[in-house]
Amino acid sequence: MSTLAANAPGAPGGGLADVAASEATLRRFLHGLPGVDQVGLEARAATLGTRSIKTTAKAFAIDLAISMIDLTTLEGADTVGKVRSLCAKGLNPDPTDRTAPQVAAICVYPDMVETAKTALRGSDIQVASVATAFPSGRAGMPVKLADTAEAVAAGADEIDMVIDRGAFLSGRYLEVFEEIRAVKEACRRPDGSSAHLKVIFETGELQTYDNVRRASWLAMIAGADFIKTSTGKVAVNATPPVTLLMLEAVRDFRAATGTQVGVKPAGGIRTTKDAMKYLVMVNETLGDDWLSPHWFRFGASSLLNDLLMQRQKLRTGRYSGPDYVTVD
Amino acid sequence: MSETAMRIEVFKTYKLYVGGKFPRSESGRVYEVTDTKDQWLANAPLGTRKDTRDAVLAARAAVKGWSGTTAYNRGQVLYRVAEMLQGRREQFTAEVAAAEGLGAKKAAALVDAAIDRWVWYAGWTDKVAQIAGGANPVAGPFFNLSTPEPTGVVGVVAPRTGHGFSLLGLVSVVAPAIATGNTVVVAAAEQAPLPALSLGEVLATSDVPGGVVNLISGRTADIAPTLASHQDVNALDLAGAIDLEGPGAAAALEASAADTLKRVVRPAADPSAVDWTASPGTGRLLSFLETKTVWHPMGI
Repeated sequence: MSTLAANAPGAPGGGLADVAASEATLRRFLHGLPGVDQVGLEARAATLGTRSIKTTAKAFAIDLAISMIDLTTLEGADTVGKVRSLCAKGLNPDPTDRTAPQVAAICVYPDMVETAKTALRGSDIQVASVATAFPSGRAGMPVKLADTAEAVAAGADEIDMVIDRGAFLSGRYLEVFEEIRAVKEACRRPDGSSAHLKVIFETGELQTYDNVRRASWLAMIAGADFIKTSTGKVAVNATPPVTLLMLEAVRDFRAATGTQVGVKPAGGIRTTKDAMKYLVMVNETLGDDWLSPHWFRFGASSLLNDLLMQRQKLRTGRYSGPDYVTVD
Repeated sequence: MSETAMRIEVFKTYKLYVGGKFPRSESGRVYEVTDTKDQWLANAPLGTRKDTRDAVLAARAAVKGWSGTTAYNRGQVLYRVAEMLQGRREQFTAEVAAAEGLGAKKAAALVDAAIDRWVWYAGWTDKVAQIAGGANPVAGPFFNLSTPEPTGVVGVVAPRTGHGFSLLGLVSVVAPAIATGNTVVVAAAEQAPLPALSLGEVLATSDVPGGVVNLISGRTADIAPTLASHQDVNALDLAGAIDLEGPGAAAALEASAADTLKRVVRPAADPSAVDWTASPGTGRLLSFLETKTVWHPMGI
């Protein structure tokens, strides 16, 4: 591929392929990104969280949020039965109301992909699988790639990989870059199509907003289809400022390269109010282009129940309770 | 002018009591509370449907812990409430006198009766299982045991009429519900909420876990229907539902409670004639219980 073609907008790597030519160029690029105004970012995220969304707009937001959920179970205690019942819930979230939309995807560990795939046969719901030694990412490359390949072979439509935070924090950016590239390669199926790749940064471990911005660009240049905040396994998960920062990064990346990348906040989003704050942020930062399950997802499990309870409240006028939704 | 004459009195800001905390109403609004001669007493927070919803959440969260404590421990906590109330007898005497238009002596007697009522229900906590449960005779080699368990979250429309309604009446409806392990959300008497709001301060300092009792002042016609229709409220005490028509009327509340199969205690036939000083009996104590029956093989 000529340099010209590799740098063209819309090319893989988003026209920034030269950036990753060497460790030095990559570092120069990432450290050359403008610094994050922490106070401004947090104030902006807080302001966007104060919007009042009521009545029909609220009903729209609730249905949109449900359709954006990656319904997740990532426990050591997961069983085939639990994954099946989660799939059933994803297909038909509110048994008392068939108009409730389906979720976007079911997110499981690689060994559960086949179970989920079978349970969801014939539906539009995707099966997402975490991979690459989730959640710590502490394993050798062959293990990570085998983990990914196994999930893809089992039929996963989407792969949620974790980056090596240790390498990133010690400044070995090219290593992280190559890792994402290799996993992206492992997402390829024999028929030439490819599983969607979501790259998890674990922002709670990246220490600074500047690092989150760098990680976002790094992953997007390496070819991520989605960038995702967290695993949900550490103390600090998705927060509004971090998500806003990532939304700004995908906006700037599209402006620079023409490639659109999705965003998935995950972990700690439990209430309808939280979800609506995120949707407001998406709308204000990115606009309609991203307001679809194709470009924005929530990684959540308990959020769905709260959305359903709010939905029942709008429909019946009475406050609902946990007795009227399933126990997960 | 002397220095004492120049002093400006410090008014008390009455607040809601929800989840062990004292929030202002989410609406930010207050309404004026007057005594029986229309003299201004204080501003009380105007609780809304949303405040009520938040209170139900707090009450639900408290059910597990409170119903899980031993009956003996609950009795101690209720007795502690009586102790704390005793220490603030003067304040409550003044508030009850203003709320019900009584002289200081009569009001003090009502406060004393309220303190005694806490003690009375404190004694009941570990005895109720003996009158509401027990071993059942069965024709087989089994033990068959019935035990009463708390219903869950109880919505209470606090009494608004009757001799002693403002504090003694309130205690007479709240104490029996929590004695058996339920948690409550109380719609305080709309015209006389001050003793109820002050009772929140007593509860907060007497080992009652946050969320077990939640007190909301405001329009009964807003709060009571929210409790009646809320799907996460398990029972309803309509002691103060005295409106003859409208959304706060007992019949309307009972109808919407029926939609979610709540237990309902109806108001007295003539609520204004109720004398809250009369012996309460066990009626309310036994109203918010579910019977659990277990069969157990008798062994060899």
